[in-house]
Amino acid sequence: MRRAGALLLAFFALIGAARAESLILSLSKQRITITSSFTGDSIVLFGVIEPNAAPGEAMKPNDVVVTVRGPNESFVTWRKERRFGLWINVDSRSFLAAPSYLAVLSNRPPAQIADADTLRREQAGFANNRLLQRVGSDYADVVPGDPFRQAFLRVKQAQGLYVENTAGVDFIAPHVFRAVIPVPGIAPVGTYEVVVKSFVDGALAHRGMLNLEVAKVDFEQAVATAAEYHPWLYGIATMLGALAVGFIANLVFRKD
Amino acid sequence: MTIYLPIAELPVNIFTLLALGIAVGFISGMFGVGGGFLMTPLLIFLGVPPAVAVASVSTHMAASSFSGTLTYLRRGLVDVHLGLVLLAGGLTGTLGGVLTFMVLRRYGQLDLVIAITYIALLGTIGTLMVVESLRALLREWRGEKASVARPGAHPLFLRLPFKMRFRQSHIYVSAIPVVAIGFSIGFLGALMGIGGGFILVPALIYLLRVPTLTSVATALMLTLVTMAAAIVMHAVLNQTVDAVLGLVLMVGGTIGAQFGSRAGQSMKAENLRLLLGLLVLAVGIRVAVDQTTKPADLYAVTIDESAP
Repeated sequence: MRRAGALLLAFFALIGAARAESLILSLSKQRITITSSFTGDSIVLFGVIEPNAAPGEAMKPNDVVVTVRGPNESFVTWRKERRFGLWINVDSRSFLAAPSYLAVLSNRPPAQIADADTLRREQAGFANNRLLQRVGSDYADVVPGDPFRQAFLRVKQAQGLYVENTAGVDFIAPHVFRAVIPVPGIAPVGTYEVVVKSFVDGALAHRGMLNLEVAKVDFEQAVATAAEYHPWLYGIATMLGALAVGFIANLVFRKD
Repeated sequence: MTIYLPIAELPVNIFTLLALGIAVGFISGMFGVGGGFLMTPLLIFLGVPPAVAVASVSTHMAASSFSGTLTYLRRGLVDVHLGLVLLAGGLTGTLGGVLTFMVLRRYGQLDLVIAITYIALLGTIGTLMVVESLRALLREWRGEKASVARPGAHPLFLRLPFKMRFRQSHIYVSAIPVVAIGFSIGFLGALMGIGGGFILVPALIYLLRVPTLTSVATALMLTLVTMAAAIVMHAVLNQTVDAVLGLVLMVGGTIGAQFGSRAGQSMKAENLRLLLGLLVLAVGIRVAVDQTTKPADLYAVTIDESAP
């Protein structure tokens, strides 16, 4: 792993220099396959940033913010209140098209990287990711202090689906970095978007994007496909399977 | 050792699941209940989405109730005739329950209604069963003979028209309350995501005066049919049946159910009723405590099913 990483780095350092591209990115794996023993995985992101100084001059330090977003899904956040002695849902907010997975990794706290306006505009930093709420008939991204928004982030973080790591990007050399993206076992399948933004002197310097695929394979895929595309067949087969298990168990344990 | 559940989309420990299946299967075989009212909350606690838990538990209940039914059938304890009349009401009730379920979910109050129904129903039935079986045990301890003519053996509702004779159960009653009981079980079962056996057994014992073992056996047969139908319905309508989850639960469940049904037959009916009563009461109290104590987090996040 380490050696492969080093080779990869050398490779990217070479083409980076040769083709002078602004930001070159590569993932240790482009596809996470979910098998029967899947319990989560981590993906390593390597990046090379074009040196921001002419040869011989001193380089300005780079800052990097990596944002990984899983496929969008809509969620409802409920708030409970005590009514007639029971804790019941009294209020709710819908979060529309929120990422089902969100990881924000940076080399230092985003607040130190750029000013608040820039960060908000670039959606850089955990608190700066837009979360669209339905407020009545309106749609809005409310202030970060909103209790529903905070509760939503808290619950998602507790599930391991939302991750914030302000020390998650390591600079190996002044313009070469790596970041480890944790993918938990309960990660939803689909296409994940990896967005990398580099900042120099508090201003956006480069941006790059990659896709990461989380997919079921083999047996898991077959089961999921059958359930989705042949529900009658799947249902009847599962039902007959259940009866067969019951019948076999009865035969096995039969005493008389 | 962990195993990935393809529909629930999460990894779980296979031995935890097996143990869960065996434990609930034992209870299910012993009392003739589906065990859904225990298994569903436990799976949700493990992190399985509620919709997947409810749907997948039905496979476990179908398998273990089929296995149990076969045992009781061989011993001639199932009242097939009574079961079929109950089913006529039961399947209609299921449809009504599914429709109510949809309406409540639209207004976001499904969880509350489920909790209140659990508290009211389990609390009442549990208390009644415990009190009644304690009384029976006390009578026996004092050496009194149980009254042969069961008290109030001919309540008004059993004398309604369309009287039918159910030989296996030794009863001769109107079909109207039988169908009505079936309907209520189907309705509550669909609404609460349970098989309803733990309501049906006491209903047969106390309302229709069916002997305990015949009640248990017949309830098991009813659970089998409704759960088999539920598997197909959930697979087609919600696509939330996890066959892998179901298989692990089934294997554990059927093993447990075998030992359970044997344990049940070797036990005295009063003791069986007392134990089931305590179990039902305990679950009811648990739900009540959950609902009345301040939750650790006042906020909860669910997937918005209504959004495109």
